Amino acid sequence: MGESNTDVIQGTLDMLILRTLSLRPMHAFGIGRRVEQISRGVFKVNPGSLLTALQRLERAGLLDAEWRQTENSRRAKYYNLTRAGQKELGVKTKDWTRRAAAVARLLKADG
Amino acid sequence: MSVWRHLTRGLGVLTNRARADRELSDELRHYVEQSAAERMARGSSSSDAHRDALQEIGNMTVAREHVRSYGWENAIESIIADLQYAVRRLGNAPGFTTVSVITLALGIGASTAIFSAVNPIFFAALPYPDARRLLMISDRSADGQPLDVTFGSYLELARRAHSFASMAPIRAWQPAMIGTGKPERLTGERVGADFFRTLGVMPVIGRDFQTGDDVPHGPNVAILSNALWQRRFGGDRDIIGRSIKLDDMDFEVIGVMPRDFENVLAPLSDVWAPLQYELTFGAQSREWGHHLRLVSRLAPGATVEQARGELERIARAPVQNFPRVPWASLDNGLSVTSLQADVTRGIMPMLTAVLVAVMLVLAIVCVNVTNLMLARSAQRRGEFAMRAALGAGRLRLARQVLTESLALALAGGVLGMFVAELAIHAIVALSPPELPRAGAIRLDGTVFAFGFLLTTIVGVLAGILPAVGASSHDPHGETRESSTRTTGSDRGARGMLVVTEVALALVLLVSAGLLLKSIDHVLAVRAGFDSSNLVTMQVQQAAPRLQADSAAASRLDSARNLEWYNALDAVRRVPGVSAAAFTSLLPLSGDMDTYGVHFEGDNDSKDDGAALRFAVTPGYFEAMVIPLRSGRLLDARDVGGAPRAVVINESFAKRKFAGQDALGKRLRFGPEEGDWYTVVGIVGDVKRSAMDVDAPDAIYVSTAQWHWVDQVMSLVVRARGNPAALTPSIRDAIWSVDKDLPISRVATMRELVDRSLSDRHFAMLLFVAFGFTALILAAVGIHGVLSGSVTERIREIGVRAALGASPGDVVGMVLRRGMMLTMAGVVLGLVAAALASRVVASMLFGVSRLDAATYLGVAALLSAVAAVACVRPAVRAARVDPASTLKAI
Repeated sequence: MGESNTDVIQGTLDMLILRTLSLRPMHAFGIGRRVEQISRGVFKVNPGSLLTALQRLERAGLLDAEWRQTENSRRAKYYNLTRAGQKELGVKTKDWTRRAAAVARLLKADG
Repeated sequence: MSVWRHLTRGLGVLTNRARADRELSDELRHYVEQSAAERMARGSSSSDAHRDALQEIGNMTVAREHVRSYGWENAIESIIADLQYAVRRLGNAPGFTTVSVITLALGIGASTAIFSAVNPIFFAALPYPDARRLLMISDRSADGQPLDVTFGSYLELARRAHSFASMAPIRAWQPAMIGTGKPERLTGERVGADFFRTLGVMPVIGRDFQTGDDVPHGPNVAILSNALWQRRFGGDRDIIGRSIKLDDMDFEVIGVMPRDFENVLAPLSDVWAPLQYELTFGAQSREWGHHLRLVSRLAPGATVEQARGELERIARAPVQNFPRVPWASLDNGLSVTSLQADVTRGIMPMLTAVLVAVMLVLAIVCVNVTNLMLARSAQRRGEFAMRAALGAGRLRLARQVLTESLALALAGGVLGMFVAELAIHAIVALSPPELPRAGAIRLDGTVFAFGFLLTTIVGVLAGILPAVGASSHDPHGETRESSTRTTGSDRGARGMLVVTEVALALVLLVSAGLLLKSIDHVLAVRAGFDSSNLVTMQVQQAAPRLQADSAAASRLDSARNLEWYNALDAVRRVPGVSAAAFTSLLPLSGDMDTYGVHFEGDNDSKDDGAALRFAVTPGYFEAMVIPLRSGRLLDARDVGGAPRAVVINESFAKRKFAGQDALGKRLRFGPEEGDWYTVVGIVGDVKRSAMDVDAPDAIYVSTAQWHWVDQVMSLVVRARGNPAALTPSIRDAIWSVDKDLPISRVATMRELVDRSLSDRHFAMLLFVAFGFTALILAAVGIHGVLSGSVTERIREIGVRAALGASPGDVVGMVLRRGMMLTMAGVVLGLVAAALASRVVASMLFGVSRLDAATYLGVAALLSAVAAVACVRPAVRAARVDPASTLKAI
């Protein structure tokens, strides 16, 4: 759609999902929209990749999934963070912050 | 945790794919609804919102597939899909599938059955704890052959060698059991007290032998086999402590062996008693006779090499405490073999040959199925090209073909297990008596596992070439073409496979032919006597009690000799009997009984060697129809006290007295005592077994003039009609003289002839069966390849026909190709057969392993069958209608 949209950087999608779910349990669409909103539309989340990532994280034990009844009595799959997921998020955040800072320093440093 | 999740979720998907799919659709639909709702909230119309939402998620199916392809279960699902596809494809080609599956079932079934027979002998451990540590120790003759050990050597080894936890001497023993029901001759063993401890098997009730049982004048105790205990004593547990009469002596039963106890050294043994030899003895005593087998168990920590080394050192270094005699000097060292090797030694060449044969059959099966698959995939080029064009990768196509061959192999394997079950029954029924551990031949877990492994290997092997072929198609080139053209290299490969197949079949058939011819020769070779209408049985007198003085002993001897003569008279009076005699040694029985011979005037008595001893009643030669060459036969003159007379066989006389007359020569035979024996007659040669090329030296002596009276004699009776029918009345006649005489080994001479051939016969039957299978498979292969090539070349054939080729030309073209392949295979096969015939060489008799007639005959047979296999494809090619083919271009 918008020309300024970029695909989520390879490898960061997992972290973004975990971060989003650390606030409260959410369904797939909610997760995708939230990532897009918070990034102010910089990141565009492909639904196929999102669902696959959710499945992978669930298998890895970082997420739990449960089916809930929505307001208009439809079934929706809600994901929430497990304890292992919280730990993983901590590790990933620390790691990412370190890298981002390093990249920022490199870009700021002149000649 | 996560592995567990992977496993359970994956299994959940596999077991309920529909639910997993529904949940995925629900999630996707929910996503679209949410997206649409959001758009509508922003003001889009309902239909626009929906369209945009769908657009966002992209092609719904692609998204779903994307998610679905995640997880290990997906790989399994694609294999299952491949398998389903393969089964569908195979179902569409019932002819191809049936032929392939039957072919595979034959190959896998035959191999599995042979494996089941070979497994307990070659691979499985013997049924004893730690069986690999059981060793057989034998003396060694000057030419390096293993020789039974003497008791003297055993005593020395038992005291001096430290590498062994225990060792036990074994002597064959055939006691007569009387007093309980019918007299019966048992097969048994006199053994050292450590025998069962060495094997590591204890009696299931009662006790084992103890130290002190196997000493001179020790207690007469016996352990029974489970079979004897059930058969004669009804499995009564009170048997322990009871007394049974063996050879006129009372033995106390002290134990019964477990039902599953297998005595591989003497499978038919029913009774064991301690060997009670003297501990001090002179050089002439039985303790220095080579007639013991020696089984031993390695001491904990000792290795076979250590044990061998130690025995070698002991053999080379005699000590004063253990004086040796010249014939047991151990100068040639001792031979140490595993019990396993000892048991399998005799049967090894035959089993090796059969094993090689069945591997050849399996190779032919693989080649055949590969060939059929190649022919089929040539016709499926269009299908492969289409799949490749739709995006199937090379690996994916190869995998599909491999899956197909595995599916075929699996079906063949399942059917093959039934074939194996039948074949195993046949093998057990036909197996020669020498086949050790025949009782352990069955379709058990190991055999099943082998069959499954074999199935997998065959499936992969047969699929490799077709898989490579399928993956190397060029999708662009071939979708355009009609689907029935074959590349030259592919056709070449299939031609080569047929050549291989024909060659392998020829190898098998040549071996089968050579064996068949050997058996023919053997049957044609005269055994040296007339084997028709002869019935034989063994009769046993009770062992003599030790007599106080020699006068009493000789009185007893006369009484026992009289009993033999009385029994013989009674037998001769039976209606239908034309002649009868007793002999101490029966030709073809497999028994051996040799004694040293020393001719008068020979200084070096060693040079005379040993001869078979036949102590016979007068009338033996007449009953057996052994021809007299010169001199006279033994007769009523030759009684105790008369001048001692012997008859020797023709080739012995020729060898010993070349150019001279052997009649009147004098010799000593057996113990060096008493008067000389004079050679009074020379008779025709008699083979010891039907297989002997040379007749052994034999000396016939009247029972009345032999040094002692034999306890066991074989009765030979010539009947006027069917000899087997006379058996009951002969038996009654003997029992009318003494009702306690056990009679055993009743057989017609014809049966003995057959039995002496049984292992060759067995190998021959298997080879013929395998050869026949190979012949059929080769025909199927030739037929398949030619049919395939006719189908592929139908256009070319049509064009040729249109251009004026007659049906005869077309037939000739197809036949030429078929026969050229066959001829190439035959030539290759002849060379291979000549090399491979080494394997069966040891089983051949009277025929060279390079027997030209057999090779040519088999080549002709194979060519004829191949020509027949060519006919149908050729006729089909000739019927090709040029008009319709040309239209189809």
